[in-house]
Amino acid sequence: MNRLIRVFLAVVIASALLLFAINRLNKAEGFAGDNTLTIYNWGDYIDDELIDRFEEETGIKVIYETFDSNEAMLTKVQQGGTTYDIAVPSEYMIDKMREEDLLIPLDHSKIPNLKNIDERFMDLPFDPTNKYSVPYFWGTVGIVYNTKMLDDIEITSWSDLWDPALKNEILLVDGAREVMGMGLNSLNYSLNDTKEEHLKEAKEKLDSLTPNIKAIVGDEIKILIANEEAAVGVVWSGDAADMMWENENLDYVVPSEGSNLWFDNMVIPKTAKNVDAAHQFINFMLDPEVSAQNTEWVSYSTPNKAALEFMPEEMVEDERFYPSPELTEKLEVYENLGKKNLAMYNDFFLQFKMHRK
Amino acid sequence: MENKFTRNIYMVPYALWIALFVIAPILLVLYYSFFDIEGNLSLVNYQKFFTPVYLKMTLSSFWYAFLITLISLIVAYPTAYLLTKTKHKQLWLLLIIVPSWINLLLKAYAFLGIFGTYGITNSFLEVIGIGSQQILFTDFSFIFVSVYIFIPFMILPIFNSLIELNPTLIDAANDLGASKWTTFRRVIFPLTIDGVKSGCQVVFIPALSLFMLTRLIAGNRVITLGTAIEQHFLVTQDWGMGSTIAVFLIIIMFLFMSVTGTRKRGI
Repeated sequence: MNRLIRVFLAVVIASALLLFAINRLNKAEGFAGDNTLTIYNWGDYIDDELIDRFEEETGIKVIYETFDSNEAMLTKVQQGGTTYDIAVPSEYMIDKMREEDLLIPLDHSKIPNLKNIDERFMDLPFDPTNKYSVPYFWGTVGIVYNTKMLDDIEITSWSDLWDPALKNEILLVDGAREVMGMGLNSLNYSLNDTKEEHLKEAKEKLDSLTPNIKAIVGDEIKILIANEEAAVGVVWSGDAADMMWENENLDYVVPSEGSNLWFDNMVIPKTAKNVDAAHQFINFMLDPEVSAQNTEWVSYSTPNKAALEFMPEEMVEDERFYPSPELTEKLEVYENLGKKNLAMYNDFFLQFKMHRK
Repeated sequence: MENKFTRNIYMVPYALWIALFVIAPILLVLYYSFFDIEGNLSLVNYQKFFTPVYLKMTLSSFWYAFLITLISLIVAYPTAYLLTKTKHKQLWLLLIIVPSWINLLLKAYAFLGIFGTYGITNSFLEVIGIGSQQILFTDFSFIFVSVYIFIPFMILPIFNSLIELNPTLIDAANDLGASKWTTFRRVIFPLTIDGVKSGCQVVFIPALSLFMLTRLIAGNRVITLGTAIEQHFLVTQDWGMGSTIAVFLIIIMFLFMSVTGTRKRGI
């Protein structure tokens, strides 16, 4: 019995010591103060140097957390366990969060740098007066391909992917709307189509692509394509830019049938505790120089017009990532289709995944 | 008797723990499974589970979990047996356990490199003249990596039951003229069956609901019930359907436990 008590005491003392040490460490890093800002962003989506700079300039301590899908982010914000002051959802998710009353309206007088945003990207249908959101990055969904591995095959459209020469060469990103959208686009349906027979048709079209598909993966797609594990990938434009940076044989194309145009936007969710600091951060990120530095690091397309001046010319003039307004017209923004339709998309996507070669 | 009273006091934390972290979550899962995506009370999820899509998924989860368990057992039993014959048992055992301390995700990423088109395995195949093969994103790589991950959990219980085996029993079998095979079949194996059973439980049950490896190593070419649960909770937000699948998983696990469970004799 004595021994049991001794073991028990040892555990308690060890725990107390650890707790004390963690407290001291947090204090040394300045975590103890109330002036903290919790940011919830996508992975690989900010230049860390800028966070340091923001902390130095304002004395606000930043706690940074990441998510890998809009839905995962929504779940965490709904549960409200963590006090996120800033989140960066995509457009259709903002619609949904607004409906569910999960957002705090922005005070535009506290964000003077809002004037730097290109008018094209203001007052978009998902948030007509930018009452809740400020655009952070935008981009497209398209095809990245390896010119060296493919020799003569040229890819300009979705339907080019069905070429039998591409057997076992395609990697898809693991997203229901992206992959189902590719099927819908290749049949010239809208990306926001909710007719069951159209989705079924798209799923069957995708089934016929199975021999060409090597795998359906997550963020690893960046490493896999850059390492030439497969020649073709269906990806978001910024990931494509990252891969092209790693491997110069890669090229990116926005398919001619049309594709998805998306926006990620900074919002202040209802879980926020430090609304003031959140406004300061949004304003900081919209500063032309800061935004330019961030864009060069993240390599997605910036909606910040003033920032373009501070960026290398070849980046700004690259039509693959800054498509002309004419091409952008052909692109569609995802709408919030509601839970039921989203479930239908996912059911078809799951069935497509289960379709064996 | 005072002893009984103190014993009951000691039971309180345990009972609370079980109630809060085992019984309550199961009840919650059961509760959620009766709601459709709109939040209405209905049995639609159960109806949906018995459609070909989910039945097929259940069967394939079963099949893969079965294969993983079987192969783990085939590799683990001889390994455990040889371990008991070595001089530095604890050292060898430690070497087998150490890899299970490394994060699962890290190990999976390592296999992306090892099995890749330009990875070590393919370079080796190239050198010995077989030529490059697609290994990553196949059933083979999925089962291989799963077995690799689960094998320490199979070896340990078997090793423990082998080490507890009284060596005089084997001597007795030899004295009575049993061949090596008969000794194994009639003496060693029946006496270590409990270790095999608990090893199978520890491997089969998690293997049934593997989800991360299905994406990383099998490239979503293998879809298990775990994958579907993850998708329903995180992407579709159809907690009802996710819970329904979980309910069936729990039922399957209980069935499996009662089939392989050790029946206590005597007492």
